[in-house]
Amino acid sequence: MSVFLITTLIVLVFVIIYQIGKASEYATVLRGEEKVMAQTNRTIGWLLLATFVFLMWGIWECNEYFKGALLPVAACKTGQNYDSMFNVTVMVTGIVFFATQAVLFWFCFKYQAKDKVSTYFFAHNNKLELIWTTIPAIAMAILVAIGLRNWYEVTSPAPMDATVVEIVGKQFNWLVRYPGQDKELGKRDFRKINDANNVLGLDWTDPHNSDDIISQSGELHVVVNKPVKLLIGSRDVIHDVGLPHFRIKMDAVPGITTTLWFTPTITSDSMKSITKNPNFVYEIACDQLCGKGHYSMRGTIIVESQADYDKWMAKQTSYYSANNPAATPAPAAEPVKTDSVKVVTMK
Amino acid sequence: MNHAETITQGTHVAHGHDAASGHHGHEHHEQHFIWKYIFSQDHKMISKQFLITGMIWAVIGALFSVFFRLQLGFPDSTFPIMEKFLGEWAKGGKLTPEFYYALVTMHGTILVFFVLTAGLSGTFANLLIPLQIGARDMASPFMNMLSYWFFFLASVIMMISLFVETGPASGGWTTYPPLSALKEASLGSGVGMDLWLLGMAMFVVSSLLGGLNYISTVLNMRTKGMTMTRMPLTIWALFFTAVLGVLSFPVLFSGVLLLIFDRNLGTSFYLSEIFIGGKALPHIGGSAILYQHLFWFLGHPEVYIIMLPGMGMASEVLSTHSRKPIFGYFAMIISLVGITLLAFLVWAHHMFVTGMSPFLGSIFVLLTLLIAVPSAVKVFNWLTTIWRGNIKFTPAMLFALGFVSLFISGGLTGIFLGNSALDIHLHDTYFVVAHFHIVMGVSAFFGMFAGVYHWFPKMFGRFMNNSIAYIHFFVTFIGAYLIFWPMHYEGIAGMPRRYYDYSAWESFKHFQSINGFISIVATIVFFVQILFVFNFIISIFRGRKVTTPNPWNATTLEWTTPINPGHGNWEGDIPEVHRWPYDYKDDGNGNDFIPQTTPLRPGEESH
Repeated sequence: MSVFLITTLIVLVFVIIYQIGKASEYATVLRGEEKVMAQTNRTIGWLLLATFVFLMWGIWECNEYFKGALLPVAACKTGQNYDSMFNVTVMVTGIVFFATQAVLFWFCFKYQAKDKVSTYFFAHNNKLELIWTTIPAIAMAILVAIGLRNWYEVTSPAPMDATVVEIVGKQFNWLVRYPGQDKELGKRDFRKINDANNVLGLDWTDPHNSDDIISQSGELHVVVNKPVKLLIGSRDVIHDVGLPHFRIKMDAVPGITTTLWFTPTITSDSMKSITKNPNFVYEIACDQLCGKGHYSMRGTIIVESQADYDKWMAKQTSYYSANNPAATPAPAAEPVKTDSVKVVTMK
Repeated sequence: MNHAETITQGTHVAHGHDAASGHHGHEHHEQHFIWKYIFSQDHKMISKQFLITGMIWAVIGALFSVFFRLQLGFPDSTFPIMEKFLGEWAKGGKLTPEFYYALVTMHGTILVFFVLTAGLSGTFANLLIPLQIGARDMASPFMNMLSYWFFFLASVIMMISLFVETGPASGGWTTYPPLSALKEASLGSGVGMDLWLLGMAMFVVSSLLGGLNYISTVLNMRTKGMTMTRMPLTIWALFFTAVLGVLSFPVLFSGVLLLIFDRNLGTSFYLSEIFIGGKALPHIGGSAILYQHLFWFLGHPEVYIIMLPGMGMASEVLSTHSRKPIFGYFAMIISLVGITLLAFLVWAHHMFVTGMSPFLGSIFVLLTLLIAVPSAVKVFNWLTTIWRGNIKFTPAMLFALGFVSLFISGGLTGIFLGNSALDIHLHDTYFVVAHFHIVMGVSAFFGMFAGVYHWFPKMFGRFMNNSIAYIHFFVTFIGAYLIFWPMHYEGIAGMPRRYYDYSAWESFKHFQSINGFISIVATIVFFVQILFVFNFIISIFRGRKVTTPNPWNATTLEWTTPINPGHGNWEGDIPEVHRWPYDYKDDGNGNDFIPQTTPLRPGEESH
């Protein structure tokens, strides 16, 4: 019933608007079409000018509104390069934006129809066309050059001393695996996955797996000022490791291992004071639609000092010992030292 | 072009014999309702069929966006009215996450394919190609009719998918596998996904039948004197649109076909090493990324399939209503060629973060940013076209001006996303949403609106109501900026797209109030579009009648036909063309334009 009423109401409103429109059409004919058209044209000219002013004011307001609501300073070196490149691009495109929009609206106002104006027959001009082909081409070349420099930097191989961590997406959370004491991630096989006691399908015949640690809280802990390399995988559909605070992201594709690396420069605690937000946390956002829980596929990163990291790591037990209580526990007596300088690769 | 006449006449004669309705060009019989309005082979009727079907889809697609904007803007509220529309999917007036994703997916599918591809080029290629090149109909009117009916079939299938128990496809309009390939991965990957794939396959058939027809008509059926370089820019744009569609839609078809195999026949084209629903699947060795390559090989040209008709129509409308020739006619054509070529070479810029080789990525960066050059040329040429003109703010003109404004705004943000080093953070955030909605959503729609307002008199012999059209323009134009401008900032802050609720995220939850604001504006803009539809329908029957064959004082051929042209378009011979389509200058008799059919005056140089 209410749907019926609302629909009727909406239709009624439309009919009224249409009738008013229709009435103004009749009035136009009565008062002389030419005259009214000229008047309307003038009104529209002013309205367009007003629209332009309103939009410029809106852009100003929007800037003010978002001031301080955007991301804090980038928390890694490549992220800082990112921000400066972003600003350069904003400047280049911003100049073009304001210039062309202003010209567009100004021409509309300035050259609105007037009586007895003969327009300027201006069909082409090679010089002008050459100029505005060349200038964008040069501007683009500059942006491409900056872009590629940053792109190769951010996609370059991780430094040899990078800590390797595996992060695997599944519907709908992240699994984080550390190589443990031997600094080598053991083999895994999707056919060995078992949600009860082997979430990543670790191959227990591979000795490298005996000390591998799967973060119990799901948190990714990394050491400040030390490069970390993520080996990214997926158990089911495509996910994406999105790290807005580090200005980087990479897809997690089943059947393929992708990687990204960065060197965090600001600890979680310092970021809390930078942002003046005691609840601040580095978040991992899934950026590739992965099903109904996509919006809740949240991971967290803790950037901390080496000492804090070691303390946290000492509390972790190997996934093997946690899930194979009957088996011989893997040696875990001495505190695990994971700041390896050795290249760690996943077998 | 000595052959032109023979060819045109020849085809026309042949067509006269073929046509089931059995009518020669200008001989009018009272046709049966079914042959005149339903199984019509008249390009003008088919164009109206495309337009009206497209409009129905547009209303549905836009309504979906209102529903999911309500969820995004007010995640803590309930809207009992949604339950009336969506039933179980919005129990208690709150969308379920599954259906939220289904709505997002169908919103994209409907608007990209059913409205801005079929509804846009289907309408205007059909209407304008024969009328503006001086042909009595398409090269194959029967294939043309089939093109509509395959589109109709695709529409029916897609519509059915909205009502199946597990809901329509919900993996995004790009339907990436494995999500779309595995029934266990999501509810929408069940029957809804099969129907989606089938519907898209039918859609590709429709698009190919139409596209081949448009190309052959433009190449073969131009009237005497209508050389390629005397064609209006609309025809150039629609021609390249058809070329893009014909070359890229088959690739989507192959991608879709392989996905159907993976879903139903146990193949592993896109699947490898997957554990889902509590068990490991037997698939090994496929590549999920392969699908993305196949999809975007269509998907990127698709963006230009959507944009080019709007560019062509905006060029035409800007020139006509500022009473000035289009500036740089040849530069406009060359830039269309450039955009068309580059459209095929940039698809992987949608895939910078899939783990593809950084070197390959850098090639795509270069090619992508190259597109900015022809695009910039077009913008500058449009601006120069209105410079020192005598601008009449008809509704069509306003929408064409709005098109230029939005194309600039949306095009410039493409420079961010095409640069992989910036995309690596902005990818799949609201920045992307803002970018493509402005440039290929709203801007393309503005091109379409310009076309509808400009050619409505040709289609129906009546005008649409101007006052409502002005309301429509200003609310939509300002609304579009109010909706999408703030989204850029959200994207810069890393806010991911396709999220149902942000309240659990420390980094994004403070955008709640701006999301609410966006939703309110979006709802208002939606109702103004309904007002447009209302204006459109009523004006067909009650609009002010057109009293002169050439109401806009335009130069092109469609305005030399009778006010309500019959099948065959011209009574008597097809007019001959003597000059380019943009001779907006003093004709010596007090008119500020010279139609293409006027012979060159002695001593006058052709363009």
